[in-house]
Amino acid sequence: MTIGIVSYGAYVPRYRIKVEEIARLWGDDAEILKKGLMVLEKSVPALDEDAATIAVEAARSALARGAFDPSRIGAVYTGSESHPYAVKPTSTIVAQAVGATPDLTAADFEFACKAGTAAVQACMGLVSSGMVDLGLAIGADVSQGAPSDALEYTAAAGGVALVIGRNESELCAVIEDTYSFTTDTPDFWRREGQPYPEHGGRFTGEPGYFKHVTNAAKGLMKKLDTKPEDYDYAVFHQPNGKFPRNAAKMLGFSKEQIAPGLVVTKIGNTYSGSCMMGLAATLDQAKPGDRIFMTAFGSGAGSDSFSITVTDRIEEIRDKAPKVSELIRDPIYLDYGQYAKHKGKIRFA
Amino acid sequence: MSVPRFWRNLGSRYNLEGTHCKECGEYYYPPRDTCVNCRRLGKIEAYKFKGTGEVVTFTVIHTAAEGFEEQTPYALAIIKLDEGPCLTSQIVGDPEKVHIGLRVRSVFRKLGSDGERGMIYYGTKFIPDEA
Ligand SMILES: [Zn+2]
Repeated sequence: MTIGIVSYGAYVPRYRIKVEEIARLWGDDAEILKKGLMVLEKSVPALDEDAATIAVEAARSALARGAFDPSRIGAVYTGSESHPYAVKPTSTIVAQAVGATPDLTAADFEFACKAGTAAVQACMGLVSSGMVDLGLAIGADVSQGAPSDALEYTAAAGGVALVIGRNESELCAVIEDTYSFTTDTPDFWRREGQPYPEHGGRFTGEPGYFKHVTNAAKGLMKKLDTKPEDYDYAVFHQPNGKFPRNAAKMLGFSKEQIAPGLVVTKIGNTYSGSCMMGLAATLDQAKPGDRIFMTAFGSGAGSDSFSITVTDRIEEIRDKAPKVSELIRDPIYLDYGQYAKHKGKIRFA
Repeated sequence: MSVPRFWRNLGSRYNLEGTHCKECGEYYYPPRDTCVNCRRLGKIEAYKFKGTGEVVTFTVIHTAAEGFEEQTPYALAIIKLDEGPCLTSQIVGDPEKVHIGLRVRSVFRKLGSDGERGMIYYGTKFIPDEA
């Protein structure tokens, strides 16, 4: 049976803060940071935006693009590490706001930055088994970095929704297969009730990101008997601009293959949205027949790899919702004071 | 606002669900079960508004009610939906960009919350439609 993407939708808040502006406050060297992180600015949510509103906007965009009856959606899974409620699902808010309720199942996913792709895999299973007609999988976050922590330069906001289905004629991309690599690795965590995450410093790179991304990627290519040259594009989780570039190089993917999906430079790390945002930006310009290799990463730690082939249908639906490039042009820049208010770093009594 | 009262109106708050009279063509938001024009002869059906319209008039709020204070200043506008009905909503973004006749479209945002422990209220606001 063929499983794939019926539609996709992305959302990025309008506000940005530049690396220079954060560095100015903490006395850091912006040029060194920009070179090291390969990030110039990051997205910041409006005061009335959170992971739920971002998930809804991304899902509505996917529905506008797919133009199908929302009551066909049988599962809604939202992956995030910034669900607005500790107890009360984001996915019920999304399901209601896209008009898919009440005939469906819903739950929230958590797995650091790969909760969205874990939701995609769950939807693939439900769709291929025939349990549901369409599955809505979302990765959305308004991630937080503690003031002056290295993460503050990249922790951003955004979300992407994928609609997973099995009717071959309505797929804009076929997902050929998926493979995951998962271990218990304490590279990054946030305890219940704590506003900001903790991380293992340099530990986040080698045993976290690179080990899992490369093993998942190699595992999928082995399973499918494919190699980097078989793909037109590749997308890797983007906690900064450097990690995906290095991962691509280690695996033998070229700069050209990853270029369209490298959105982190202008919007930062959108966490659960990050890898899927790269996929959305790649789908925005891919041609029918193009193959896309995608590998997400979530701290804790695990990676999900996907092999995707674009179909003719992409041309019919692509322009029916905003492209990632349209979402990120024309930003409104904030100074650190405005940014602190937007991120709730200043608490109103 | 009470939690049950908010919840009963979710459809109209989240999705601009109103009604439409098939007899005379009138649209209602918030939804009405009977048509003002046709009375008992009206044929009312559920209708989801497209979410596009224009600003009829607006005011800029500098001192907001509890739960909204961190959002000031913001524009509160009367918006005429393209189907006809008017509603009151916050216009997201710089209030200086708001003017009478401004084209707007609906977005999904946080309306407010009952402090740190209470419910978060979501619903429809409007942004300038630049497309
Ligand atoms: Zn009537």
